Amino acid sequence: MSNSTDYAIECTDIKKAFGSVEALKSVSIYARPGEVTAIIGDNGAGKSTLIKCISGVYTADQGEIKIDGKPVHFTTPEESRSFGIETVYQTLGLIEDLSIWQNLFLNREIVRGFGPFKILNKAKMKAESIKMLKNLDVYIPSIKSRTRGLSGGQRQAVAICRAAGWGSRVVIMDEPTAALGVRETAKVEDLISRMKSQGLAILLISHNFDQVLRLADHIWVMRQGDVMAGMRAKDTTGDELVALITGASAGRK
Amino acid sequence: MSNGVTGTTASAKAEAVGTQRIKNIKEKIKDPFFWSDWLVVIAFIAVVAFFGVLAPESFLTTYNLNNILVAASIPAIIAVGQTFTVATAGIDLSVSSTMTFGAVVFGLGFTNGWPIWQCAVFSTLAGVLVGFINGFIIAKRKINDFIVTLGMLSVAAGAALVLSDGKPRQIISGPLATLAIGEVAHVPYLMFIALAIVLVAHFVLFNTRFGTHVLATGGDPDAARAMGISIVKIKIAVYSISGALAGFAAMLTIARIGAAEPAANTSILLNSVAAVVLGGVSLFGGRGTILGPFIATLLLQSLTNGLTVIGVAAYYQYLSIGLVVILSAALVRTDK
Repeated sequence: MSNSTDYAIECTDIKKAFGSVEALKSVSIYARPGEVTAIIGDNGAGKSTLIKCISGVYTADQGEIKIDGKPVHFTTPEESRSFGIETVYQTLGLIEDLSIWQNLFLNREIVRGFGPFKILNKAKMKAESIKMLKNLDVYIPSIKSRTRGLSGGQRQAVAICRAAGWGSRVVIMDEPTAALGVRETAKVEDLISRMKSQGLAILLISHNFDQVLRLADHIWVMRQGDVMAGMRAKDTTGDELVALITGASAGRK
Repeated sequence: MSNGVTGTTASAKAEAVGTQRIKNIKEKIKDPFFWSDWLVVIAFIAVVAFFGVLAPESFLTTYNLNNILVAASIPAIIAVGQTFTVATAGIDLSVSSTMTFGAVVFGLGFTNGWPIWQCAVFSTLAGVLVGFINGFIIAKRKINDFIVTLGMLSVAAGAALVLSDGKPRQIISGPLATLAIGEVAHVPYLMFIALAIVLVAHFVLFNTRFGTHVLATGGDPDAARAMGISIVKIKIAVYSISGALAGFAAMLTIARIGAAEPAANTSILLNSVAAVVLGGVSLFGGRGTILGPFIATLLLQSLTNGLTVIGVAAYYQYLSIGLVVILSAALVRTDK
């Protein structure tokens, strides 16, 4: 293992139990900046629980999370976000009746004025929104249009830009292309590759092995609340991943 | 090309921007929401034109138009509060008795010899209290807003009866009388107050973080929560606003009738819900304007007034207003 400051995020010995059910037994993973790190596993393997511990939805019973080598502690999604951890939700989390720029700045609105007389700085938010989208080469006709009218791929792109655009270090993506067609999936995958080049650490949850092998630099395989194996993506095959997930192969840590 | 997420070349982008403007207009016309926003303006003009042609000497007089503005002032203020609750996909059915409760509190203060401003502050606070309880139960206990505010409709009415012992209290006050009958350029003071509230509410809804969060809460509470917006706080706030405006409007009602009555004015509730629906506010939440319900209030008062002016019996007026509300709801209905 290399020096831990090489990792954008490092989770050590994370445990989480719900009553007598040990959802996470002792999970240690890390993700490097500028890389896509995939977490794969069968349903109930603990992927979601782990992700929720990292995004602050759950608080781990035990264990340590480090961001850029510094230990952090948080108990809510907002606190997690303040450490630069952003999540792109499977259900996207965009408000359909609000415009694209309003969604990009939701609950982080830029205001001017002071005290109770703070008013929205719409011009600035619109200008920044254009930058946020342009930064990742996302082309959307008008940032003023409601997200309701966007295609699934466009929405996903907006949601990803929102996650990437906040000085974030780690972006968690839970099945980012599950609801998309082939063409839109390809575009979102392009987008993920571009995020890599900006130095973000991307944690990707996916059931799609082809996608994982295409996108990921590093892969963690989980089974029954444990990490079975962690390896560079170029050193593995789909067959090996299947064997690890099903338990046919004992794993290599 | 313009639908593409990524990868368009610079020339294609420029081309797309050129055709975008025309496309935007076309899309707007096809957008059902565009029509729900403008329907009320068209309907208002139609109603005024209709009665203007039918009864030009009696409907379109300054005296009569002034009457309409006076009659519309209080419902317009209540409709503003209702807009906030409906924008979060809620509804406040308790507004009419919250107003009654506020009026009784005002009357108690007045009998104790408090100055008018102090009575007004207390009636407004009484409204805030009712609204806060509504919002707290709805948001914290996650109980259906329809049920909570319907229950509160009865609770506040009952509290008003208990506090006043069921008796109206005469309120004779110079400043209140001036407030009720004063006017500038034929526009009543009451309408200026309503307009001021409408403008402030419009500003709050569209130019503050709170307003954005209200619309976000109504549009998609799960997504709003995921972004760290407190649904509980927003819900409590909108019901408190609705209550505050009802409590404040109580003073204006007292000014108009010269007494604090424990009897509920039920038409104010129907009016506020009707104005919100007619005004293009989505009953599913997340979409709405303040100006829409305001114009809708003017429309409803013009309709009532016009029917009276041309001699239609009051029974038919109830019937026609109810039909207008249902019809408009059917017209702007959008599946979510």
